[in-house]
Amino acid sequence: MYEGVVQNLIDELGMLPGVGPKSAQRIAFHLLAADPTDVKRLAHALLEVKEKVRFCRICGNVAAEEECRICRDTRRDLHVICVVEESKDVVAIEKTREFRGRYHVLGGAISPIDGVGPDDLRIRELMTRLADGRVTELIIATDPNLEGEATATYLARLVKPMGLKVTRLASGLPVGGDLEYADEVTLGRAFEGRRLLDV
Amino acid sequence: MHVAHLSLTDFRSYDTVDLGLEPGVTAFVGPNGQGKTNLVEALGYVATQSSHRVATDAPLVRQGAARAIVRSVVVRDDRRALVELEINPGRANRARLNRSPVSRPRDVIGLLRTVLFAPEDLALVKGDPAERRRFLDDLLVARAPRFAGVRADYDRVLKQRGALLRTAAQARRGSRSGRRAEHDSGFAAAGAGDVLSTLEVWDAHLARQGAELLAARLELVEALRPLVAASYASLAPGSAPAGLEYRGTLSAAVDGPPAVRPGGPEEPAAAAGEAADAAAPAVAGTAAVDRAALEQALRAGLLEVRSAELERGVTLVGPHRDDLFLGLGDLPARGYASHGESWSFALALRLAAYDLLRADGGDPVLILDDVFAELDSQRRRRLAELVGPAEQVLITAAVPDDVPAELTGARFDVTGGGVSRVR
Repeated sequence: MYEGVVQNLIDELGMLPGVGPKSAQRIAFHLLAADPTDVKRLAHALLEVKEKVRFCRICGNVAAEEECRICRDTRRDLHVICVVEESKDVVAIEKTREFRGRYHVLGGAISPIDGVGPDDLRIRELMTRLADGRVTELIIATDPNLEGEATATYLARLVKPMGLKVTRLASGLPVGGDLEYADEVTLGRAFEGRRLLDV
Repeated sequence: MHVAHLSLTDFRSYDTVDLGLEPGVTAFVGPNGQGKTNLVEALGYVATQSSHRVATDAPLVRQGAARAIVRSVVVRDDRRALVELEINPGRANRARLNRSPVSRPRDVIGLLRTVLFAPEDLALVKGDPAERRRFLDDLLVARAPRFAGVRADYDRVLKQRGALLRTAAQARRGSRSGRRAEHDSGFAAAGAGDVLSTLEVWDAHLARQGAELLAARLELVEALRPLVAASYASLAPGSAPAGLEYRGTLSAAVDGPPAVRPGGPEEPAAAAGEAADAAAPAVAGTAAVDRAALEQALRAGLLEVRSAELERGVTLVGPHRDDLFLGLGDLPARGYASHGESWSFALALRLAAYDLLRADGGDPVLILDDVFAELDSQRRRRLAELVGPAEQVLITAAVPDDVPAELTGARFDVTGGGVSRVR
């Protein structure tokens, strides 16, 4: 344990994702030794990001204004919503230029270990968006891990009575890869999700 | 298959050791505490990437060293593969195959297959159900590495579901005391409803993963049963016959559907197999059909015990609470078998595992760690006869006399941290 303020800093840093007690200590002492103007700049950047960056009123994506760029874009298809866990997933999907609908960012996945339940995610907001009946398809693009799958199942069950089409992104083989290099789980999933070859 | 070369750097007691090995019998002889078991433990690590003695990797690294390296040349059908493992406790291990790095160390699991007999095996018979579940699951992984993933997924679901159940248990208690205190239970009650709706989602995942594990275990027990009975009969002729039975938590809670009904020692799983066959005449791989029924049964079983689960905050139904029942005649081996019988049963389980792996192709390397000292002369001779034909047998023993005369071959003396060939 260090004296008051130093320990406070270490504790705060240690709460960041991917930062353990050792790294927190390292960063803290780096900051102590750093030039005061550098530290001020960092502090300013931290405050600014909290003050200026907002979350889109509609989809929950990071935005500079009330609504994000995608939700303001009138050319986008209003009938399809793609549900993702984080804002960074929106960026990943946007890169494909395949999807022309809009997004809904949940802000995580259901994970009881981390104390995250449906109420901690933006699910109520999603239900409100779906309520007006304009949306015809919901694409669930949560991560293909256990928590992502659980979230997908939960959403699918919740939305089912509304009678709209619910789809899940396919899991399977990477494009351009060799079959022999796929791991067993991926290959197994690809088998499960095989589809009829229509010629 | 056999191991043609083993070299260790900073592994356990060894700073460096370099051994050329050959097919047939090889004995490592030396007083206790000189490092015989460390040699075979290293080979076991190449095969499974876990130790049969410890649960973590840290003890495998020589004191004062940062990492241990195990290199082995595995020969299978005249093809040589150089498998190198770098053991980094607390960090990711690294592996190389024929001098090129592989992306995941577990990709080299299965290149070497071993069946290891060790004094710890006695716990298979005398120990807790966890020991027997581990025996089954390890064998599943050895036969199909995919099951390492299935098992990890199942454990993960269990953890998530357990966390949820504990929250629910707390919310229940909270809502009760809240009502008493302030007549304001709205929040806590909403929390509990939330828990129930997500619990169903976790039930579905638990049932799916659990059914896959369960189906594989049931199939495995079916395959092992005759092999264990035969091995036991030849190790301990004249003793009551050895039987296996998978005992699931999915017992009386489920009416009708297949699989895990406790009953006569012989029928249950066999009947399940027949039912599945009858139900799915045309589908290749009846396991899938089996699995769907098991999945349903698991979900029903979970519903059945829900209130108890919410009370206690633990998952009460599923393969993580099952047991492999070992019987001698009409009696359970655990608690009734003599020391010698228990030993024979443990050996019979390992021999059956060996038979099964051999039938899959590729004769696994047999490792007998300090096993003969525990057996009387008749059982020694029997065991020697059973393992003699294997492509490669590695034996450790404290004194040369512990190695049965039937098993002749190379011999290394292990003393004072050194290993030297004497024959």
